[in-house]
Amino acid sequence: MSDDQSAGADIQKSSDNVSATGGEETQPQAGSVNTPKHDGQDVGGLERSQELTPPPLPPRPRLEVNGRPPTTGAGSFRLSKRASRPQLLSQATTAVSLADVHTQSRADFSSNPSSPASRIVSRKHSLSHFGKFRGNSDSGGDDSASLRSYAPTLDARLDGESLLGDVPEQEATPAWRALSAQLEHDDPFDNVLPDLDLFSLQMQHEFDEVCAVDAEGTNEEQTLGTWKAKLKHFFILSASGKPIYSRHGDDQLISHYIGVAQTIVSFYQGADDPLRSFTAGGTRFVMLSKGPLNLVAVSRLGESEAQLRTQLESLYMQILSTLTLPSMEKMFSARPSTDLRRPLEGTDVLLDGLADGFTRGSPSTLLSALECLRLRKTHRQTINDTLLKVRAPNLLYGLIVAAGRLVSVVRPKKHSLHPGDLHLIFNMLFEAGSIKAGGGENWIPLCLPGFNNTGYLYMYVSFFSTSEGPTNGSDERPSSAGEDDELAVVLISPNKEGFYELRKMRDELVEQLQDNGCMNVIKTAVRKRHAACSDIIPGTALRHFLYKSRGNVQFTMPSFEPYYHGLAARRKLMNLYSSMHESIHLKTAHLKVQHCTAQDAAALAWETPLFELYCVAGPQATKASLAHGANRIVQWIRREEERVFIIGGAVF
Amino acid sequence: MAARMQQGGRPGGGGARFAQFKLVLLGESAVGKSSLVLRFVKDQFDDYRESTIGAAFLTQTIALDEQTTVKFEIWDTAGQERYKSLAPMYYRNANCAVVVYDITQASSLDKAKSWVKELQRQANENIVICLAGNKLDLVTEQPDKRAVTTADAEAYAQEANLLFFETSAKTSENVKELFTAIARKLPIEQASQGRGARGAAGRPGGVDLGSRQEPGAQGGASGCNC
Repeated sequence: MSDDQSAGADIQKSSDNVSATGGEETQPQAGSVNTPKHDGQDVGGLERSQELTPPPLPPRPRLEVNGRPPTTGAGSFRLSKRASRPQLLSQATTAVSLADVHTQSRADFSSNPSSPASRIVSRKHSLSHFGKFRGNSDSGGDDSASLRSYAPTLDARLDGESLLGDVPEQEATPAWRALSAQLEHDDPFDNVLPDLDLFSLQMQHEFDEVCAVDAEGTNEEQTLGTWKAKLKHFFILSASGKPIYSRHGDDQLISHYIGVAQTIVSFYQGADDPLRSFTAGGTRFVMLSKGPLNLVAVSRLGESEAQLRTQLESLYMQILSTLTLPSMEKMFSARPSTDLRRPLEGTDVLLDGLADGFTRGSPSTLLSALECLRLRKTHRQTINDTLLKVRAPNLLYGLIVAAGRLVSVVRPKKHSLHPGDLHLIFNMLFEAGSIKAGGGENWIPLCLPGFNNTGYLYMYVSFFSTSEGPTNGSDERPSSAGEDDELAVVLISPNKEGFYELRKMRDELVEQLQDNGCMNVIKTAVRKRHAACSDIIPGTALRHFLYKSRGNVQFTMPSFEPYYHGLAARRKLMNLYSSMHESIHLKTAHLKVQHCTAQDAAALAWETPLFELYCVAGPQATKASLAHGANRIVQWIRREEERVFIIGGAVF
Repeated sequence: MAARMQQGGRPGGGGARFAQFKLVLLGESAVGKSSLVLRFVKDQFDDYRESTIGAAFLTQTIALDEQTTVKFEIWDTAGQERYKSLAPMYYRNANCAVVVYDITQASSLDKAKSWVKELQRQANENIVICLAGNKLDLVTEQPDKRAVTTADAEAYAQEANLLFFETSAKTSENVKELFTAIARKLPIEQASQGRGARGAAGRPGGVDLGSRQEPGAQGGASGCNC
């Protein structure tokens, strides 16, 4: 209690500073807010009547001219510097180094050092090749039809934009037509009827298995139809064209398409001008070449190239996590035609888990940040102290994870945890069922490519349920009953033989956490789940928000309920976030604050060196009420910072 | 050795015997190792089970008779080829092993035979090995699915001096029997006595340098079950 008060005093002090410099400035002023209403930025406004709307304008120039008069822009910029606590940047981050933030969230840009201008040049170059290729493929039957409309969107200026904005109504996929149709209701987020519209239906069946084509091929057409109806595909193939992974469909079904992908990719590789992405109608294709592997993403969900590329990178990291880079390279250098499916056997669930997470749309992936369990500072401190006290000599990293959220982390001073690595671990724990369902303890060799892609670490995992009272005795591991109310202790060591050592640490940890009451604190916090937006900021117009603390590489958000119930509604919300994230992170954008309105939602994105904030309200919300809500969130975070984020963590 | 016993710590009075043994499951992927364990430990069965990642560690205690309790510490290993180099870590101190094959897949018996060979060469010389032909339920429904005859497998088991069962994790047929048979073959008396002799050193107050170093006996270091 006393601790809390002192924390409060601390915060009080910092907010005093703010008010001393002028409370006026804490509002993102309407004048500094960009309102790209008709330029295709408003992804929410999927429905675009052709008669009324002019052809999409190139967005960036308009924003630059209109949106950032230097004076007002600076106003909102200065605010952020004072409003938050800059010194946090220099503190130890929980887990993740600052460098990671940039490499992750800007993966696309860092991997592409060329300037926008040179990208345009190389695109034009590609375009001519593409024309040739298309000519050849026209004879290839109905598949070539899907390549039909690449040209209009191959404009680099539209690169970061959602495809949805560009696609004329007739060209849109049935799913998006349905989505648009739905938007004709006043407020689809308010009255989403999950079973009635096609998009929801498709989303619902997105993860269904495509049944195998039977021996006679009688159901081939139907199977192919199901396969083609998927909104998103991921393919991984070897440089020699062998299929390694496909999210949907078996080998027989995908072999043609793998062949086509291989032809396209190798054609451009042969010309020393690797193809990065192209679009066809409402579908975006993104290719990523990594050594002996080619990865392809095909999405009709309106994601940007950069976002899809990040997703492919993550799949690639999963493969490295199974094999390590040197051993994979050795396999291919010994035999270029190696069938990688054999060594990867059994990891489909992990790749599927990642892929489906991307398809559902996860804030964590979008922001390249982690979410923490909200705990009192004193409790978190006790947990950290306990972790340090029972730390096994060979421990590298220790994590307590509850319901997909981080409770605490213990790590050596000189090693931070890469967010990509943590994502792989979380995916393994919570998406792939085998560990949770096993009901035992697990000892898993894995490579954390962000830490070191050449060798294995060994991970001890023990799950226990948070639903009922304290676990009895250290010997019997309770079974996993609940779904996401799971608490996991994850201990990672470089020592292959370290199982019993880490098991002992786990026993001591659990025992001490039970003794000092923290176990119950954690369980209570997990059971509370996310607070609704209106509980965090009473009376706000906001329905949902994402707040990412850049220094801590962590984010926080309220519950999706009651406004975003179900897969489709959430996906649409994530699309809105994605498009704002994209426009704020484009190198050419220089946006600090973006306001967009659409028929279904009004949204605000606000970026400062310390945080990124995205908030969404109903379509009637005014700019002022959004700005007000945003400020209230920032104030709330300032007050709760040490509760919603892990600052520092347990470092040894 | 990993086997040990504790006396007087269990209800049942003075004559009770309690011994703990390390058991490892080996075999090709997808033959049903994890399903056997799940049936044995939790009496559950999932029709669809994802591949084990790495290895899972579970425990189960069975009562052989009124006086005798045996606790298995079970290492359920993943069958994929890439985990093969880790196997010695799991069978090194094992007292017993269950080598599983799928009676509808002839190749899985070959793999099982190579595991048996490896165990007989590299593991404890007294290791009790049980061969388990799993998925018996499949051939009960469709006899033509069987790819390994009972007679063939039994002959091999006899020749290699293994226990042998055909099991079904799904119907739980022979699962309990298999583990009980292993327990009966294990040197409980010896383990109890051996541990009893060392017991004094293991108790608080004594200094036990030997057993702490041995990974298999680590559980003992963290305290007994009382």
